[in-house]
Amino acid sequence: MNTPVIELQGIRTRFRDQLIHDGVDLAVPAGEIVALVGGSGSGKTTLMRHIIGLTHPEAGSIRLFGEALHAGQLAERMARRRRFGVLFQHGALFSAFNVGENIAFPLREQGVASEEEIAALVRLKLSMVEMEPAHAALMPAELSGGMVKRAALARALALEPELLLLDEPTAGLDPDRSVAFIELIRTLHRQLHLTVILITHDLDTLAALATRVAILADKRIVSHDTLERTLVLEHPFVQRFFHGHYRRAEAAAGEDH
Amino acid sequence: MRLELAGDWSLNSLGRDIDQIRRTLAQASPSTEWNLSAVARLDSFGAILIWRAWGECWPANVSLQPEHRRIIERAAAIPAGALPKTAAFSPRAAVASLGDALLGFVDHALHFVALLGQLFLDCIHLLRHPRQFPLAEVSASVYKVGVKAMPVAAMVGFLIGVVLSYLSSLQLKTFGADIFIINILGLGIIRELGPVLVSVLVAGRSGSAMTAQLGVMRVTEEIDALAALGVSRSQRLVLPKVFALMLAMPLLVLWTSAVALLGGALSAWVELGIAPSFFLETLPRVVPIANLYIGLLKGMAFGLLIALVACHFGLRVQPNTESLSASTTASVVSAITIVILADAAFAIATRTVGVVA
Repeated sequence: MNTPVIELQGIRTRFRDQLIHDGVDLAVPAGEIVALVGGSGSGKTTLMRHIIGLTHPEAGSIRLFGEALHAGQLAERMARRRRFGVLFQHGALFSAFNVGENIAFPLREQGVASEEEIAALVRLKLSMVEMEPAHAALMPAELSGGMVKRAALARALALEPELLLLDEPTAGLDPDRSVAFIELIRTLHRQLHLTVILITHDLDTLAALATRVAILADKRIVSHDTLERTLVLEHPFVQRFFHGHYRRAEAAAGEDH
Repeated sequence: MRLELAGDWSLNSLGRDIDQIRRTLAQASPSTEWNLSAVARLDSFGAILIWRAWGECWPANVSLQPEHRRIIERAAAIPAGALPKTAAFSPRAAVASLGDALLGFVDHALHFVALLGQLFLDCIHLLRHPRQFPLAEVSASVYKVGVKAMPVAAMVGFLIGVVLSYLSSLQLKTFGADIFIINILGLGIIRELGPVLVSVLVAGRSGSAMTAQLGVMRVTEEIDALAALGVSRSQRLVLPKVFALMLAMPLLVLWTSAVALLGGALSAWVELGIAPSFFLETLPRVVPIANLYIGLLKGMAFGLLIALVACHFGLRVQPNTESLSASTTASVVSAITIVILADAAFAIATRTVGVVA
């Protein structure tokens, strides 16, 4: 039970002649919500794409659920991919399908469940993300930003993954929608015993969700710890990212600290 | 009876022997004793399977882990009622879709006329403010739709010329009317085949590209951004394409017709022994120059139509992949159809011009 869900070792990535990652090490134990934080262009999304297996790092090893990401036959690799769900930054719903078909798609691909069971599962996933069954008939183009995120989350959860990767889940949502979405993820995390990797720029999202914070700066993970212990870290990026924001917020609120 | 479930009850792991599991579960009766304590992992699919096997109510005799009880409770609480379905096809729907198609056609026609009118207004505006003429865009488009299409246009033209000449000369030989190959090729290629061939090629090559480009720009809201910056979309996006095609098409027609005639002349030389020098000498005598003007004029008109149709469909793309592909297809098919209709109109309008009686 103690094998980390994700284990990155010595990841190195290069775009043309620009080094993005140089020796990224990260181990995520089961059940954690890890927020991956870093400046713009620090390669957070690239690291996530490595974990999903969409891109290959130049060097280093990636292990998911204790197995090397690209090990085994095609069927094993595909089975491994079904154990995680991904919420892409802009939802990435299939625009030719309606919401219901989007959620049913991964279920149908399995070829196991009957149509009636798929319909029941789609209703369940919709209710999990607090959407009405009537929303299933809507096309992605007809959805608001928050609804797109919910529908995409429902699709990511369709196969009940053990690991959920969220790329900027609350970006582009207004504050109360964003709070509701955070609450939703927290509930799902508790219900489904998920391990969650979260890429975010939003400190409220981070503070509300993350059990641990991984800081990606200087081309590697400079810290992977709880939020309290991250806050006292003497690192220029941490100072800028956390304290700059809080200082501004406090100044705006007119409180003295 | 007593049923004991164990192992992974999830969609990912039940796949292999799902049929056998369904059969076993179907044998259960209300009095069956259930033991689920050995289940390692249970997901919603497994829970639905089990819940249905129970006849959608908790059996009298069941033992399971509290955590799994919660998952089954969640599956039991799935909101009832079917997902909304699209209506089945009925006679009423048939009438409605016919009406839709008709109204859609009217809508297209109106939009097309509006686009043409906007283009006219833009031209007047540019005549008043010649400095705003999008010269760089026109030049780039001419290069893209004209210069880059030259190799493929030449290849197609050459082969068509060779084939046309070869097949015609086989027939002409039987009549001993070899010399008329020059009339046939000259009239056929310069007046008819050249413009139509180039139009089909350009509609497929550049028309589709224009529609897709404008379509993606619509999906990514680039066109809205342009409007918000106070730049006229028709002036910056539509007009350069129309001008470029109206300029490039006659040139492409000239190029393709020339290469097709070269192919035809070579074939006539091989097949009928007509020397290329004689071919070239006779051509202006049997094919009046008016035919060349008609061909070039057609090229210009077809260019206008192809660009307008491409822009028309491009600007109507909805933000989804289906609409993009449908619009691109519609653009190419409509452009070719409209070009051939226009060609028929040209044939009628110019029936007394440039034909030696």
